[in-house]
Amino acid sequence: MRFWRRPLDMPPVKLSRGEVIILPERCKGCGFCIAYCPRGVLALSEEFNKKGYHPPYVKEADKCVNCHFCEIICPEFAIYSINLFEKEGEKAGA
Amino acid sequence: MRGKKRELPGHPMDRLLRVDRIPHIWCSGCGIGTIFGGVLAAIQKLDIDLNKLAMVSGIGCTGRMAGYIKVDSFHTTHGRAIPFATGLKLARPDIKVIVASGDGDLFAIGGNHLIHAARRNIDMTVICVNNLNYGMTGGQQAPSTPLGFKTTTTPEGSPEEPFNFCYLAAACGAVYVARWTALHIRLLTNSIAEALQKKGFTFIEILCPCPSVFGRRNKMGNALETLKLYHDRSVIKNEIDPKEAGIDLFGEIVVGKFVDRERPTFIDYYRSIVCHETPEDNVIRIAR
Ligand SMILES: Cc1ncc(C[n+]2csc(CCOP(=O)(O)OP(=O)(O)O)c2C)c(N)n1
Ligand code: SF4
Ligand code: SF4
Ligand code: SF4
Ligand SMILES: [Mg+2]
Repeated sequence: MRFWRRPLDMPPVKLSRGEVIILPERCKGCGFCIAYCPRGVLALSEEFNKKGYHPPYVKEADKCVNCHFCEIICPEFAIYSINLFEKEGEKAGA
Repeated sequence: MRGKKRELPGHPMDRLLRVDRIPHIWCSGCGIGTIFGGVLAAIQKLDIDLNKLAMVSGIGCTGRMAGYIKVDSFHTTHGRAIPFATGLKLARPDIKVIVASGDGDLFAIGGNHLIHAARRNIDMTVICVNNLNYGMTGGQQAPSTPLGFKTTTTPEGSPEEPFNFCYLAAACGAVYVARWTALHIRLLTNSIAEALQKKGFTFIEILCPCPSVFGRRNKMGNALETLKLYHDRSVIKNEIDPKEAGIDLFGEIVVGKFVDRERPTFIDYYRSIVCHETPEDNVIRIAR
């Protein structure tokens, strides 16, 4: 959210940070995780896995907020996120 | 940290999966895997004792779920998941029973079993993956195939009106009835958890993309396009009369929790009327 001026009583917003982990051998390249990641962290790689699919790769690692959405939408149990650390962020919602 | 191999925690669902059988057989973009993940997440969320849980499924792509979950499970013959689950529940009333199967298995060949299990209010949670056709056998018409849609057995388009599964389950006596799509994962997970905690016959229908067969034959594009269709067309209408909750792929796809009520289960009545363990009036009073 953008403010015209920063409210004096605005608490610091905790921005969670995640690390997304891909298990390329389980992936079938459906693209669900890429299309539904709210932060545009993932992209389709050029590489093939053993089954001949293109798994995703982490394009913008810093943007992951550990929302787990890629993890729950993936039909293959091929991707998950873990909590990195809690950053005291000012860029809330940016 | 670079260079050194890090200890990663592994996928959070691995605890509940038979990981040696993964990757599973479902096609790329098939929604069954996502829905299966929702079932596992609900089990994880409730922290159910895995020795007190069983999954039963019939035949079909969806029916394969029973082979991938790491609890006691049984892959029955076509249409017979519910009668097997009924026997299991009556022999072992202390365990939770999940039935996971396809629209064809549960409502075509298995339709009679479903209506009577709902009528008797047998304590089980039925997860019905509705991909609008028989996926496993190459895409024949099912009782869910929408009017005018193509299948191998209706190449000109289906000339039959489909069932409304939620309306049917509710009319037969299910105590919990909900419908979601493979895109409503968090709502679906919560709904499964809610159903698992209820006593009685609980029923959840989930619309699911079948890109290889139904999607291809009806020129619906890839699975992402079907998910987009769910996104654009789904309307959540909790508590609505399921009679009014239709699935119109060109109009509104109504989702939500439609029924949540209490009714004595078959075991309650049996213990009272046949075994005289509890006073009859008690149970009959709850029924009214
Ligand atoms: C007695 C019997 N009749 C027919 C079949 C063939 N058959 C296998 S799966 C299936 C239909 C499955 O459809 P559905 O339950 O919707 O599951 P899906 O594959 O779509 O998930 C049929 C007719 C069978 N295995 N056994
Ligand atoms: S956890 Fe959320 S933000 Fe991070 S990659 Fe997955 S979907 Fe994107
Ligand atoms: S959702 Fe899963 S299977 Fe699909 S592309 Fe992403 S990692 Fe691969
Ligand atoms: S045939 Fe359809 S339902 Fe079966 S695994 Fe493939 S996409 Fe899924
Ligand atoms: Mg089906």
